[in-house]
Amino acid sequence: MKQEIQFVLNGEQVFADVDPQWTLLYLLRNVFGYTGAKKGCGVGECGACTVIVDGEATNSCLYPVLEVEGRHVTTIEGVAAPDGTLHPIQQAFIENNGVQCGYCTAGMIMSAKALLDQKPDPTEEEIRTAIAGNICRCTGYVQIVESIQMAAARMKQ
Amino acid sequence: MGAFTYHKPATVGEAADLAAELHGARFVAGGTDVVVLLKQRKIDPANLISLRNVAELTYIDSADGLSLGSGVTHTRIANHDYIRARYSALADGARVVGSKQIRNVATLGGNICNAAPSADTACPLLALDAAVRILGREGEREVPIDDFFLGPNKVALADGELVLGIKLPATSEKSGSAYIKHSRRQAMELPMVGVAAWVSVSIGGSEERCRGALECEHTPDVIQLLQNEEVVLEDVRIAMGVVAPRPIRAREAEAKLKGQVVSGALFESMGDVAVSECQARDSFRCDAGYRLEMVRVLTKRAILKAIDRIMRPGREADIDLLW
Ligand SMILES: Cc1cc2nc3c(=O)[nH]c(=O)nc-3n(C[C@H](O)[C@H](O)[C@H](O)COP(=O)(O)OP(=O)(O)OC[C@H]3O[C@@H](n4cnc5c(N)ncnc54)[C@H](O)[C@@H]3O)c2cc1C
Ligand code: FES
Ligand code: FES
Repeated sequence: MKQEIQFVLNGEQVFADVDPQWTLLYLLRNVFGYTGAKKGCGVGECGACTVIVDGEATNSCLYPVLEVEGRHVTTIEGVAAPDGTLHPIQQAFIENNGVQCGYCTAGMIMSAKALLDQKPDPTEEEIRTAIAGNICRCTGYVQIVESIQMAAARMKQ
Repeated sequence: MGAFTYHKPATVGEAADLAAELHGARFVAGGTDVVVLLKQRKIDPANLISLRNVAELTYIDSADGLSLGSGVTHTRIANHDYIRARYSALADGARVVGSKQIRNVATLGGNICNAAPSADTACPLLALDAAVRILGREGEREVPIDDFFLGPNKVALADGELVLGIKLPATSEKSGSAYIKHSRRQAMELPMVGVAAWVSVSIGGSEERCRGALECEHTPDVIQLLQNEEVVLEDVRIAMGVVAPRPIRAREAEAKLKGQVVSGALFESMGDVAVSECQARDSFRCDAGYRLEMVRVLTKRAILKAIDRIMRPGREADIDLLW
């Protein structure tokens, strides 16, 4: 039986009729059509589904949909400015080859954003810790770490 | 996932009433164990009772010892300055659970109630002598953590009982603790072996020279120099994970150390005793022989690390220092 929930998605108040069995990831992809967050493993291991809930990076594949009620959810679709200007983290990923196949990218950027929102000047260690739950099979991580460092430097200016 | 009704109580009272009413209901806190089990169809409850919105379970109170609500997340524990300083082993455990995304929602209560032999807060809580606050039908009761773990995924909770939180005794300036998770990778990995130690010491010689000893690179040198300063292990608690069906205290090894001056020979014989207390098994992560060998190494290192925490408090830089 469906239940109605209300929450803030990328800054906008939204409503949805949901099944209690759904996860936040299912809601985002199948109801809102926001397919930026990916399903890699479905059990918290890969980070491809990472979104930000109330300021914290979270695996949306493990997030019971009814818990979304009243919360603020940010997905990759809500990261760029409304006029389409990319967020400095997105821009840095492009310039630094932080993206190859792109499957991990949305999750990586959400983990990076949650970090930089809380800690504008992180150490390399802190960056690596923040993205340790995001698996990338392409880049070898070095360009991703450098992209986040570049974004942090630019955002400080 | 099978169909279930999802309940969202706002208070402990409501949660307890629901649990009493709905026989066989499952509590869900951060859901990082429960949702995985649901997806894998290993559990199929008709009712889930969420504790995520119960604000009463999220307290951190350091007025008398340390009291933590079951709903406190690993992220909060890992970032809490007082816990890091005074209950370091617990912060060590919380900061190595899964990933940031997991730690942001996963709770202390969920970790101990799920009771994996590898649970990263289990050994710290055993070494820190925690008591578990449980709410049952007849009201509140307290159980020592050592009596709470019964076996793999089995704890001393009756149907409908919930964990309110844990309580840790006050610590003195001359006591310290550490937890070492020995795993193949640094993140997103369960330990092959986990060891926590809590010690309180007295020092016959110079504290300054003890601090100097801890600068040494090689373990035998560190131990010899600490022995020269007559560092006595007045009291010790050691806990070991993934070496038995549940996380265990190494009580005989503790007895061996109590009241003794640290020395290479003492650690050597303590290691033998600790190994004899294990019932290690082979698993896909590593074989039993390797686990036992690492018990020898890690019990010693955890004790040295706990001593380091007493002698050189507030040093975060070398948190992973291995000797
Ligand atoms: C990708 C991934 C990596 C992980 N890595 C680690 C790791 O490195 N180390 C580690 O130790 N664990 C790890 N875990 C396991 C898990 O994250 C932890 O055990 C976590 O602490 C569980 O907390 P939770 O709040 O999510 O529990 P839940 O999943 O909500 O609950 C777990 C169990 O406890 C019960 N429960 C929860 N709260 C209460 C309460 N207050 N009273 C009574 N019963 C209760 C539930 O009914 C359930 O049986 C990992 C999990 C995942 C998915
Ligand atoms: S899909 Fe959520 S962590 Fe892999
Ligand atoms: S870019 Fe392909 S998985 Fe990361």
